Amino acid sequence: MDNKQSRNPEFSNNDNCTCECNDLDAILAKYNNDPTRLMDILIDVQMQCGCVSEKAVKVIAKAINYSSVDVVQTLSFYHFFSQTPTGKYTVYLNDSVVAEMMGRDEIAKTFEEEAGCKFGSVSEDGRIGLFNTSCIGMNDQEPSAIINQRVFTKLTTEKVKKIVRGMKNDYDTEDLIGTEVQSNILKQGPILTKDSNLGEAIKKAVTMSPEDVIEEIKQSNLRGRGGAGFPTAMKWRFCRNAEGEKHYVFCNADEGEPGTFKDRVILTDRPQLLFAGMTIAGYAIGSDEGILYLRYEYKYMEKFLEEVLSKLREEGLLGKDVAGEKGFNFDIRIQFGGGAYICGEESALLESAEGKRGEPRDRPPFPVVKGYLQQPTAVNNVETLCAVAKIMHKGAKWYRSLGTLESTGSKLISVSGDCEKPGVYEVEWGFTVNDILELVGAKNVQAVQVGGPSGNCIASNEFNRKLAYEDLSTGGSLIVIGNERDLLKDIVLNFTEFFIEESCGSCVPCRAMTVQYKNKLEKIIRGNGVADDIDQMLQWENVMKSNRCGLGHTAANPIISTIKNFRELYDAKINEDTDFVSEFDLEAAVAESCKTAGRVPNLGGE
Amino acid sequence: MSKILININGKDYSAEPGKMVLDIAKENGIYIPTLCHYEGIKPQGSCRICTCKIDGRNMTACTTPASHRMVVETNTEELEKIRSTIVELLFAEGNHFCPACERSGNCELQALAYRYKMMVPQFPYIFPSKDLDAENPKILIDHNRCILCKRCIRRKKEPDNPSWFVFKGRGHTTQINVDHELIDKEFNDELAQKAMDTCPVGAIIRKEKGFDVPIGERKYDKNPIGSDIEKGVTL
Repeated sequence: MDNKQSRNPEFSNNDNCTCECNDLDAILAKYNNDPTRLMDILIDVQMQCGCVSEKAVKVIAKAINYSSVDVVQTLSFYHFFSQTPTGKYTVYLNDSVVAEMMGRDEIAKTFEEEAGCKFGSVSEDGRIGLFNTSCIGMNDQEPSAIINQRVFTKLTTEKVKKIVRGMKNDYDTEDLIGTEVQSNILKQGPILTKDSNLGEAIKKAVTMSPEDVIEEIKQSNLRGRGGAGFPTAMKWRFCRNAEGEKHYVFCNADEGEPGTFKDRVILTDRPQLLFAGMTIAGYAIGSDEGILYLRYEYKYMEKFLEEVLSKLREEGLLGKDVAGEKGFNFDIRIQFGGGAYICGEESALLESAEGKRGEPRDRPPFPVVKGYLQQPTAVNNVETLCAVAKIMHKGAKWYRSLGTLESTGSKLISVSGDCEKPGVYEVEWGFTVNDILELVGAKNVQAVQVGGPSGNCIASNEFNRKLAYEDLSTGGSLIVIGNERDLLKDIVLNFTEFFIEESCGSCVPCRAMTVQYKNKLEKIIRGNGVADDIDQMLQWENVMKSNRCGLGHTAANPIISTIKNFRELYDAKINEDTDFVSEFDLEAAVAESCKTAGRVPNLGGE
Repeated sequence: MSKILININGKDYSAEPGKMVLDIAKENGIYIPTLCHYEGIKPQGSCRICTCKIDGRNMTACTTPASHRMVVETNTEELEKIRSTIVELLFAEGNHFCPACERSGNCELQALAYRYKMMVPQFPYIFPSKDLDAENPKILIDHNRCILCKRCIRRKKEPDNPSWFVFKGRGHTTQINVDHELIDKEFNDELAQKAMDTCPVGAIIRKEKGFDVPIGERKYDKNPIGSDIEKGVTL
């Protein structure tokens, strides 16, 4: 067939590919040509070559017995993988709400001017690629960017100029001028307070029976910190009782909810606590393998975490006969994602860990029954597992004495936005929003976004509500929005675009309705809205609730919660006296044809 | 295994445990509309059209196994509204020009639009710019009409075989991606016909063969969708 040549120009013309993807065999061998490790393969190739070229796709496909399109299927799902070169230095600048608040636009402009290319493209010499990215977990030190896996925080135009100069002079990424990531732990509570010997928690657990460990967790009344609040002990019991060849412990560290960064702080400041929690979970459910699913944005901490794991192995707290308990073997590996918010949903996370697109699964079956590689799997949040280690160390009774009756223990809150002291605050459940606003030095507050875009945007009349599962539930973030902000344009529109970007595309309402929501919101912001537009957006919520997963259920929350709590902002923008506003501009529509024909439009009327 | 009792729309039916709610309803003459479901392929619940109220929660009937004393509502006003809205969303999201489509009359999306008496979607059309992929000698892929149901993806010869069709991208930019090399090699007339039959709309069209049955005499021209299952439905 003669048209075959033109089908894939990249295939027929390999000199287009300038990267050194000749050395893929080593990468493929490292993962034993295992298709379930496709994420790792793609990450390594992307890091080595700056892209995963058509040539590389072909080699990978052949090695793992996939068709080329199977590889592209996974590769094209993730934000940080690219089929075309992304530059020797690849800049990912956060474009989430708080980054915008902190002056991201100015930074973006400087990057473009200095690098000589626009965002979404690579400079002509192939040296610098500029790309936008969703929240990178640095909201307390924005504007921030990731450049070749290294994070640059608190960017100023001066710093950007120096960084770009460094890139032009071929500096190593490590040698570029930059400000390091800060932890900003501003209030320590029971989880973050350092204990002298965490090994004790594991040692104590292994002297008990696994059932007793689960019972102890049950007595503590610990509930999942990811947001849904499922009782941890119940999850473990289901998982332990489920039949399978092997059981798995997963830690969900795909902290993608814009505004949330408390897991990042745990991972860099208290990783031993987390790993102890995973080990105890492994003992409780009868697993010998733990997997930390870490978002690609946190790739910069890989070396550090591997060192922590090595040290734990040396201390006998990971590996064979953990903590001296004969027959209890447990080890942990790190699985990186590739840039997809949806992978924070536990079944999507498992799909991703298996080398596939991060599309949530149908339930039932639940992951505790059929999870990773169809085996029983307990997926727990970072903070939950830290609480587990503390509970084993200090006892369920101690833990139960903290917080409220229904919400025991504490909660780490990432606070950012319009406040004096953004950072991580650990408070007992039951703290009110007002209490926290006072701690962080927030004044003239218009609204508080509780739990990120998928949560709630509340007004001052609700600031006296308590953070607790029974009142205001949150996955762990507060974004303070000051009086001077244009809530609809600066916040709600950005969040809505975020969900469009991050929808996996599987369910129709999530894929298509989010776009309709955005168009409708823009119509209102432009001043073309009528009262019926607001009613329609409220009615559509019901359809969103028919989506498969939490992302789909909550993707309209930024709009729905602000219509409910800030109705006056919408009302002020709509046209009261009419039920129809034409958005069609006839003059603009015929302008081009009039110009071509050399005529003056006859638009009717006078 | 002993039978279970399941209540659908206020009436008890005996059923095999573990069987999907959709299939039990069908066996009992209750039609629940579907789009991404295809007899014989593992269900995946992505179009959400078959959403029912199951034990008080909105769940897809095609993926929910029946359990004893389960209570199912299939046709409340709220559910029908969700379904018709999804149909409208699909029409607004793609470029569906029925009169020019080879599948008109055999199209499940069109048939559902008739069922819900859709005149025009409540949503503004997006009019996305999409490609027509005519490179393969056997089949034509029209991305304008694709509703991303994954039926072609899921209907493989064997689960572990390399894929003919896959998804590419994500969110509203997702599209079907075709392994031309593999299809060139493997597709004969029979497989091409099978691929076309698997597609609920006119996104996969067989080449060199068309309009065998004149418009007006096609499947849903004669009998509305679901009428083979439920009784008393007229056009």
